[in-house]
Amino acid sequence: MNYIGNVIKYGDNIDTDVIIPARYLNTSDPKELAKHCMEDIDKSFVTRVKDGDILVGGFNFGCGSSREHAPIAIKASGISCVIAKSFARIFYRNSINIGLPIIECPECVDETNEGDKLKVDLENGTIINYSNGKTYKTTAFPEFIQDIIKSGGLMNHIKSKK
Amino acid sequence: MGMTMTQKILAKSSGQKSVTPGMLISAKVDMVLGNDITAPVAIKEFEKIGAENVFDTEKIALVPDHFTPNKDIKSAEQVKLMRNFARKMGIKHFFEIGQMGVEHALLPELGLVTAGDLVIGADSHTCTYGALGAFSTGVGSTDMAAAMVTGEVWLKVPEAIKFNLIGKPGEWVSGKDIILHIIGLIGVDGALYKSMEFTGDGLEFLTMDDRFTIANMAIEAGAKNGIFEVDDETLKYIAERSSKPYEVFTADSDAEYVNEMTIDISKLKPTVALPHLPENTRTVDELDDIPIDQVVIGSCTNGRIEDMRIAAKVLAGRKVHKNVRCIIIPATQNVWKQCMKEGLFDIFIDAGCAVSTPTCGPCLGGHMGILAEGERAVSTTNRNFVGRMGHVKSEVYLASPAVAAASAVTGKISSPESLMD
Ligand code: SF4
Repeated sequence: MNYIGNVIKYGDNIDTDVIIPARYLNTSDPKELAKHCMEDIDKSFVTRVKDGDILVGGFNFGCGSSREHAPIAIKASGISCVIAKSFARIFYRNSINIGLPIIECPECVDETNEGDKLKVDLENGTIINYSNGKTYKTTAFPEFIQDIIKSGGLMNHIKSKK
Repeated sequence: MGMTMTQKILAKSSGQKSVTPGMLISAKVDMVLGNDITAPVAIKEFEKIGAENVFDTEKIALVPDHFTPNKDIKSAEQVKLMRNFARKMGIKHFFEIGQMGVEHALLPELGLVTAGDLVIGADSHTCTYGALGAFSTGVGSTDMAAAMVTGEVWLKVPEAIKFNLIGKPGEWVSGKDIILHIIGLIGVDGALYKSMEFTGDGLEFLTMDDRFTIANMAIEAGAKNGIFEVDDETLKYIAERSSKPYEVFTADSDAEYVNEMTIDISKLKPTVALPHLPENTRTVDELDDIPIDQVVIGSCTNGRIEDMRIAAKVLAGRKVHKNVRCIIIPATQNVWKQCMKEGLFDIFIDAGCAVSTPTCGPCLGGHMGILAEGERAVSTTNRNFVGRMGHVKSEVYLASPAVAAASAVTGKISSPESLMD
């Protein structure tokens, strides 16, 4: 699985309240949630995000509540994968479970700028930054996690195996 | 390289000889837990993929405890959904009002979790069962749904921090003071992703109820799980409650820890966490007079029989201050009955406390004692985030049952010692 897209970049401690404010949690419809993604730190996100774009963040991305609505909103807004220095634990699980690939790579985050073009190869665990010409090695997901992401989430994955 | 207690359980449950930190594994679960907030979401996911049966009718526990006895129509509908699902699937461990308790007090008490088990729960305080030498951790609703279908969960093997507890704690120092002290030291993300492993000769002075309190709040330091070395005390607790087979895992002598800390618990004093983070800790003697409006003694952190006994010891022959409402919530039916037998309710009621049936209630600002704007509570619960017990401008101070009871008497945050002179 390869993902190619342009970077939208934020800093450290992007919490689930910023990703999708609690006031919008009266729905779990992905399209509705996507309309308000990142609204509280970046009003322009929803208008400039394009299908396939790659979200880049610093340390502790997704901290805060265990709401699954946060990765759902990011995925539904068109983001193909998230790269950060580290992720909060339950956000990490929830992302994979709903089929949103997320990758930890502090070095890549430090050397990547807003608007850079990246290629993420999940099978080999590599990230290529076309804008600076560098390749980064990350730990590849084991096969079964890749399978979950390919199926579009944990429940679809289980269904497809039945 | 040797393995920690957590790594050994994860190796066993994933059918491997050994695991190393960072590995992603698929592991078999011994128990899957959900409550009236998270289970309904999981049940909908379960039904969406057309699953017809759960993997094992004896390895799922559904505990409606947050908004029960149902506080409104919405919560009644949520529990109805759980109840119908439990009946349809033949799930053995569904706990109706009259048998239920706060989930993390209930499961160990009924012997449903034992040493060496791997438990997941769609509730962040699932880490409580580490007190028994089990691996247990909180997950999301999708994880719960998947585990109900397959009996498995995927996990990343965590690194570990070792806490070596030494010394004998003073009379009024409990598990709550120890864990608040530790969170104050390392911060709310001090153990992010990691396992907190508790060992040391200080364990012999900690009751099982102390250990449950400590493991319960591992998540408040960001940890994946907290786990205690199994000793005679643990085995006795298990033998009295559980007929399930158990397995004791000890850390290898060459197990690797990212950090090791020695905590001399004989030096600790009664400790509280100030609003609005559990890491904001002070010892009670460092505080100026802080007047309070409410005291809550209960929850999955401190609603067990030892907690009730300590509260009663402080409240015996005394009166709750005229400016304070003191609400006592034994965490399970068994704790309730034991309180009654031992005459603790007489003490509470004579002191002017209200006693509730088991529920999470005010702990998450659900019902049974919500705070108004500007009000201040001392609570034996585990989180003091903004608005946790009511109005966004209310305040929660986290404390042990002894400090909570003493504060109820004086009307300000107080150490029980101050009452004893
Ligand atoms: S008592 Fe509080 S912390 Fe414990 S399960 Fe209930 S709401 Fe959660």
